[in-house]
Parts: sequence; structure tokens; C-alpha cells
Amino acid sequence: MTAKGGVQYSKIAEIKGPLVVVDDVENAAFDELVEIETKEGERRLGKVLEVGNGKAIVQVFEGTTGLSISGTSAKFVGKLMEMPVSKEVLGRVFDGLGRPKDGLPDPIADKFIDINGEPMNPEQREYPKDFIQTGVSVIDGMITLVRGQKLPIFSGSGMSHNILAAQIARQANVVGTKDDFAVVFAAIGVQYSEAEYFRRSLEESGALKRSVLFLNTADDPAIERIITPRVALTVAEYLAFDLGMHVLVILTDMTNYAEALREISAAREEVPGRKGYPGYLYTDLSTIYERAGKLNGRKGSVTQVPILSMPSDDITHPIPDLTGYITEGQIVLGRDLFRQGVYPPINILMSLSRLMKDGIGAGSTREDHSEISNQVYDAYSRAQEVRALAGIVGKAGLTDIDLKYMDVGDVFEKEFLTQATDENRTIEETLTILWKIVSKLPKNEITKIKDKYVDQYYQEN
Amino acid sequence: MAAKGRIVWVSGPAVKADGMSDAKMYETVVVGNSKLVGEVIRLTGDVAFIQVYESTSGLKPGEPVVGTGNPLSVLLGPGIIGQIYDGIQRPLKELSKASGSFIGRGITTTPVDMIKKYHFVPTISNGDNVAAGNVIGTVQETDLIVHSIMVPPDHLGGKISNMVSEGDYNLETVLATTEKDGEKIPLKMYHRWPVRKPRPYQNRYDPTVPLLTGQRVIDTFFPIAKGGTGSIPGAFGTGKTVTLHQIAKWADSQVVVYIGCGERGNEMTEVLVEFPHLKDPRSGKPLMDRTVLVANTSNMPVAAREASIYTGVTIAEYYRDMGYDVVLVADSTSRWAESLREMSGRLEEMPAEEGYPSYLASRLAEFYERAGRVRAVGSPDRDGSVTLVGAVSPSGGDFTEPVTTHTMRFIKTFWALDAKLAYSRHYPSINWMNSYSGYLGDIAKWWGENINSDWLSLRSEAYGVLQREDTLKEIVRLLGPEALPDEEKLILEVARMLKIGLLQQNSFDDVDTYCSPQKQYKLLKLLVEFYRRGQQALKEGALLADIRAMPIVTTLLKARMDIKDNEISKLDQLDIDMKEQFKSIIGVKVTN
Repeated sequence: MTAKGGVQYSKIAEIKGPLVVVDDVENAAFDELVEIETKEGERRLGKVLEVGNGKAIVQVFEGTTGLSISGTSAKFVGKLMEMPVSKEVLGRVFDGLGRPKDGLPDPIADKFIDINGEPMNPEQREYPKDFIQTGVSVIDGMITLVRGQKLPIFSGSGMSHNILAAQIARQANVVGTKDDFAVVFAAIGVQYSEAEYFRRSLEESGALKRSVLFLNTADDPAIERIITPRVALTVAEYLAFDLGMHVLVILTDMTNYAEALREISAAREEVPGRKGYPGYLYTDLSTIYERAGKLNGRKGSVTQVPILSMPSDDITHPIPDLTGYITEGQIVLGRDLFRQGVYPPINILMSLSRLMKDGIGAGSTREDHSEISNQVYDAYSRAQEVRALAGIVGKAGLTDIDLKYMDVGDVFEKEFLTQATDENRTIEETLTILWKIVSKLPKNEITKIKDKYVDQYYQEN
Repeated sequence: MAAKGRIVWVSGPAVKADGMSDAKMYETVVVGNSKLVGEVIRLTGDVAFIQVYESTSGLKPGEPVVGTGNPLSVLLGPGIIGQIYDGIQRPLKELSKASGSFIGRGITTTPVDMIKKYHFVPTISNGDNVAAGNVIGTVQETDLIVHSIMVPPDHLGGKISNMVSEGDYNLETVLATTEKDGEKIPLKMYHRWPVRKPRPYQNRYDPTVPLLTGQRVIDTFFPIAKGGTGSIPGAFGTGKTVTLHQIAKWADSQVVVYIGCGERGNEMTEVLVEFPHLKDPRSGKPLMDRTVLVANTSNMPVAAREASIYTGVTIAEYYRDMGYDVVLVADSTSRWAESLREMSGRLEEMPAEEGYPSYLASRLAEFYERAGRVRAVGSPDRDGSVTLVGAVSPSGGDFTEPVTTHTMRFIKTFWALDAKLAYSRHYPSINWMNSYSGYLGDIAKWWGENINSDWLSLRSEAYGVLQREDTLKEIVRLLGPEALPDEEKLILEVARMLKIGLLQQNSFDDVDTYCSPQKQYKLLKLLVEFYRRGQQALKEGALLADIRAMPIVTTLLKARMDIKDNEISKLDQLDIDMKEQFKSIIGVKVTN
């Protein structure tokens, strides 16, 4: 059929995996939105992945199950995929493609925004440095989160990442401010119960009316997952940069996203990179993660806490690996701590917040924060070495100083790391416990803290 | 005759256009109605395969493609320093004026302000004969940079006429005209140069002068020379970027080109925010006055990532030709290699290892060969250097992957970052056993002449302790530390002191962030002296526990932070204290 004002109906030539190949295409654009209509009148959405020589390859978000070559047509909509946004999206629940899922009508759009977004100009970014107090000691004290940061949680199947993320979402605030905040939550292929846990947690804390939920659960179409984080971030950017809100975005689980991407890549018969993931996985992930930040001259911010489960707890797997190269640090959950029943089971030695250095210190937390956290990192890492050594030579073979380091490790895990899921500690409380840990050591072991802070805060036994 | 064709196929950053029989390889083309910038990377019949440097969303078959007749080039002239460019030398500041906080498409700007006037001081006169590369005059570009206006390296040369007198001119002013064989060519403050073509030089020198970075583990243990090449591979979180930022901040070069190639947007912002406030330790002027940034962050179009490396190195060569020492830092060459892989995949080329194209090695070699300390073309004589430092982001932290292994073949200094060290917060997490420097012998002479003649032997002695510790650690792991005799326990103790007091360096500490070569030498000397005296003390019957308990131990560990560069004579006092304390512990034994 022929083009009609940028809109066109064509015939399907081939269906493979999540892709359909459309023939006799004359006026389709790369990335354009496509509506697929079956004989029965069912409509599905897709987008153009490749166009040329009269053919277009279209990725169908809802999957191709049930599509047939005869009787199915494709309509090129003449625009890119857009998300309608307005202040009314707050408190609403959408599906993975951004369509209402709560039985209410479409929100009245203030504007329509291309879900792919555009890259922030680095020259226009504002460097993130506002300390966010999450009330979780180990994060505030050792892996500090700041506004506009992207700090993922690397977890494994069955671990308590959702409880932790929900606790952050409930408790996070910037001390001494009453700024407008919002939570955008995107469930990407997770179990219904996990999404529901989040919804309830937000509801109980009264934050639901300030939240927007996008739910693609495990039984929803896999290819839709390519879109879910993008619609969520489009809404987050709108709330942050048009309405001036501080938005915390939680994306869970990014592993499911990457798997959907791999499925499409395989269907396109592309040359695979590691473990069958496409060579452009890094670039593709960055178009999601880099949508966190702050902008010069605008009030709001987008802070991202993506969650991903590491297949077989392997941090070198391409998904956590490439994520770690893009995000500004990582919070790594440890299986050992989890087995011991420690909550939150954060392995601090593998965790890191790259923006911590600018978010802490005099004026935001306290002047000794950087040095005390360095010293505790050092001491805890020594404690781990000593524990390993004790496993071989026995406690009797340890020197006095070694035993003190073992003590440090125990106090760290029992009194600092461990905390209740509803326990909201201030930064002062957190720093006090850190000094308690360091004070287990004699002063000559304290090499990373200036004498004046040692004099001021060291707790004599 | 510029090629004029039509798009026939679009897939991501790759576009095919027909009717392009007049196009040349690597010619810059304007793609589509929104006038995106692209480059021809393959020609088959009249079909050109084009990589597009901007997002191709919404691009349709049938839209026009127009050739420019020129290869991808950069504009070289005053105004480059202090800028932040995208991968194809568009100033991000100008882009934000056109499209706000987010980067729009199809925006044309000039890389530098063509209207701004600079005070031009001619250095030659009418009637002089000039050749390619000759300096015709200078302008003050920033407080730190005197910018030599040079006859372009591909210029025919000739006799100068219509030379302007000293005064204020903008970039488009014709400063002089050359005439040769009846051909008249105007000279302006700028010229263009194709990025994929190295700028010529007269001859190359051996790299014998160290590039001092103020980072102890680099300068003292694994130094790099001016005009040398270095690579810093590491898994995420090992501190690549912080180390590169440190080099960009404190290296004793006059110009720094920092390429953020497929990395985080906030990292570029950090440089932009921080550098104008940081003072160059030698000149006291803001670091931004010597820095050029090229940013293609990870979410910016992937094809421009490939170009960003060439854009940066061409700018570096241009300042080298003025006689400056230039450091180019590329973070990360892995992302550049991945952009090659992505385009190669779309070209349906036969892949080599891990899907990378077979020409990955030769492209890396070409890039690193653009480093060097050289005598520039033309008169007066100018010696400059380009030092190349590239980060590598090996997938899964595995150094056997193709980008790391190929890079190792073409560089001489290798700073291997170690996740284990980073996890225990030993920063910079440069692993002293896996790293190496091929310049040690070349630059030892400089240290001998400028600092002290025993530098190399002290360094070897300290490194020997670290090597011994590495083997002893195995025994400790199996049997515990008590299995070792005191002499070997002393080695463990000294190695610990070397690690904490010398190798570790806190980039976020005002004092520790930069360490002068004099201070580095004295710290090294103190620690080696400690080892020597410790050995001697043990021989004379002192107890190891007493050595460990001496107050000087903690003092030495903190000296790097406590003693400022301008008060290093205090370190001499520490030596005296140390001697006293050793004497006293031997004394204890004797009186017993």
C-alpha cells in the first residue's frame, strides 16, 4: 500500500522471534513507532530497528505470539515513541509501556516526550554533591549517596535487595531541606510479589501519592522490558527538570532488561559479544544510566538506584561488569553476610560510591567523615585477612594486634552494618559508631586520620 | 565535485546511501534533512557506507546525503585551550546555546570564536621566505599559553608579503600572504588538519626526561617519559579515572588534552567544575588555562566516540608543534575499540577475537605511535612532546582480553590496577608486581642529575623489599607470620610501611594529592634507611617488637600527609629522630 501523509499500512513478510519484517515500506523512519494490527483487530506496538531497500525490521514490544503473516498489517505512525506526561502521573500505576494499569483513564498530557531522551550536555550538568541521608548507616557512612547519582545495588537471587531499596525509598532525604520529592519505580520482569511489596511499602509510608509505578512483571511480554526503564526515566526527567522535583528512580531488575536486549540481538543475527550479549550492551545501558543527574539552572534532580541480580553471584558477568563501568559506584550484597542473617548484607569492600568524596565533609556531614571511613575500610579489610589467617593457624597463632582487628570486624558487622528495616539512623549516630569501631584499635594503628580528629573523637577504652 | 546521494538504508549509527560515486573514503558528509554529520567508511559501487556522528532517530530512506569534499578535520588556532568539545570538535557550550541542557542534532558551530581578537606579534617581516611549519608570529592564548601561529605543515611555503603589523586581529584576518611560483596563499591565525593524518615533524628524540605526575607510585616506581606511552587497565572501581584525573591535574606538561571517550557525563563535569579552581603547582595559574577537553560520554552517539580519539591527538600534536610538552589522556580506549566493533559489526566484517575487527591492533598501534618527543617542522627550532596515556576497561577485569593484550604491545609503561588493592582501599591501586616501566633506564640520568645520584639504587632496594614480601606472603598464608625469622618479619614490616607511607596516596587530601620529586626522594630514602637500620639493629640484638613500637614508624607512615611540599626539610629531622630511636632500642638490649 502507499504512503499517506507519513502514515502507511504494509504487509508482513516475515516473523522471527520478537521481530517482524515489513515489506513495501516507502516512508518509514529509523526508530519510528509502529502499530501492528491483527486480523482480529488486536493492536500491538513496535519500533523500527532497521529500514531500507523497501523493508523495515520492526521490534514488537508485546511479542509476536499469535501473529500471522496473512491479515496482519503494520501502520507507521509517523512519530517516535512518546510518553504523555503531566503532574497527574503522580500516584498512578502504569504498565511497562506507560499505559494506565490502575483502571483510571489516561492522564491529561501536559506534553509528549520522546522516551529515548537526549544525552545531557556534560557542560550543562551540575556536579552532584548534596548528601542524601538514607538512614542506613553503611550507606551513609561508607558508600554515601548524593543527589543526581546513579548507584546500583548488585544482588543475587533471593537476597534482600528489595527490602533495602524500599528502605532507601522510604527514608531518603536531604538533611535540613523540605524540597519536593518523588519516587519513580519501574519493575522490569520481576515477580508480581516483589512489585507488590514495593507498592505496599510506599503506601504504608504515605509516599504512594508522590510515586509513579511502571510495572512489567515476569508474566508480561519480555520485549516490553526494553521500553519500561525508558518511559520511567522520561517521567522522572519531566518531574525533575520541568517540575523541579527531586526524583529517586528505582529500576528492578536490570538483568531482565539486558536479557530482553539479547533476545532481540539474537533474532537479528548480530555478531555477539560476551555471553551472547550484543557488543553494544555498554552503549545501550549507558542510555539508561546516564539519564541520572542534575542540570545547571534547574531545581530538580534524578537519582537512580538500579537493582540487578548477578547471575551465579558473578560480578564479572557482562551485566554487572558493564553496569559498574557506567554507574557512579555500586552497592554489592554479599552471600556470606546474607547467610549469616545480616541485614543489610552489604559487602563494603566491594562497594563504592564515586561521588561520596564531594557529598561529605564539613558543611554536609562532618569534617572527619572521609578519613574515618577510609580508616574503617582499611581496618575491616585487615580484619578479613586476620580472619582468613585465624582459619589456618587458629586464634592462638594471632598476635595481640591481630585479635584487635578481629574485634573490629565483629563490631563492624554487629553494631554498624546490622540494622532494622525500619531503623532510620542520623549521620551523627552513624559516625559515632564508626569511631567506636576505630577506637578498638590502639592509636598507632590509625594512619589515615589526622591527629586533630583522633584527639577529638577517639573513644578511650 | 561534491557527491550528492540518497539514503537507502538506516540502522542505528550506520547509513547506506546510493548515488555516491563521487564520494571519497573518510570524506565528511551531511546526512538527511536534519543535516547530521557523518563520515564515509566504505564504498561499494555507488553505495557509500556512512557512520553518523549524531543520533539517527527519525532518519528515513530517500533523504539526501551531500559530500563536503573534505576529510574529517579539526580547526587549529587560538581559542582551543579551555574548551570542552564533543567528538568532532563542536564546543559543548555552543551546543547548549542552540539546544539547551540536552544535546540536539544537526547543529553547526565553529570550534573556536572566529570574531574574538588576539594581540598578534609578528616574528617575521615582509620579504622573508617561509617554509611549512615556520612560526610567523605569536598570540597570548591564555595566561599560560603563548600560541605560535605557524605556516600549515602541508603549505608550499614562499615569500611573505602584506604582513600585518603588531596589533589585535581575529581569526579570519589575513595576516600575510605567501607567494611561490605565482601562487598566492593567505595565512590566517588558524588552519585545518585532517584528524586521521599524523602531523609531520623533523625528527624524534629518545624519551629521556620523566613526565612528573606528582604520584609516587608512578614517578618513583613506574615512571613515564615525556613523549612516552602508558596504559592503565583496570576493572571498574579500581580508580582509573581518579588516577587519570591526577595525571591531568599535576603532570608537568604545559598542555593537557583530556578525552572522555564513552565515559560518565559527571566525570567531565567534575573536570569542568574543578580545574578552573585548581592551581598548577608550578605556575600558580588555573589548570583550565592549559587544558582542552574532548567529551563523548557513554550516551552520546557511538560513532563520534571513534572520532574523539583522533580529534584529541591532532590537537595535542598541534601544541607539540609549538614546542610544548603535551599530555593526552584517553579514558577509555576500550570504549573507542567497542565503537570500532560496533561499526565493524554493522559493516558485516568478519570478526576476530570477541567480535572486535581484525584491524583493532593496527588502529591501536597507529594511535600510540603518535606519541613522541620531536623537533617540529620549520623554524625557529622547537622541541615538543606528546605523551599518550590510555585507560583500558577490560571486561570482567580480565587482562587477557583483546584490547588490553593488543595495547600492551604498543606501550612502554603499564600501570596494572588491581581490584583486590582497591577493595582494601589501597589507592592508587596500581599493583607493583604486575606493573612495569620501560623508561626506568632512560630517565635514571635525569633523576641523578636533578635530584640525587642514588635514586635508582634506592628505588631498586625498595622494590626488592616489595618483591621479597610477595614471596613471603605465601608462607605466611600457609603457616602464619610467627613461622618467619625476625629478619623476614622486618621485611613484612618495611613492605607495609612502603605501601602505606609511599605507594598509597590520597588524591582527596590537600597535601598528599601532589608530591614533588624532592619529597618523593626523601620519603623513599627514609624508608630504605629504616630498612637498613632495622636490619643492622636486629644484628646487634634489638627486638623486632621494639622496632615496631618506635614512634617513628607512625610518623613515617603519616609523613606523606603531614609534611607539606614547602617544608620538606622537616623530613631531614625525621632521619635524625629515627637514628636516635634505633640507638635507644639497641641500648635497651645492651643494658639488659
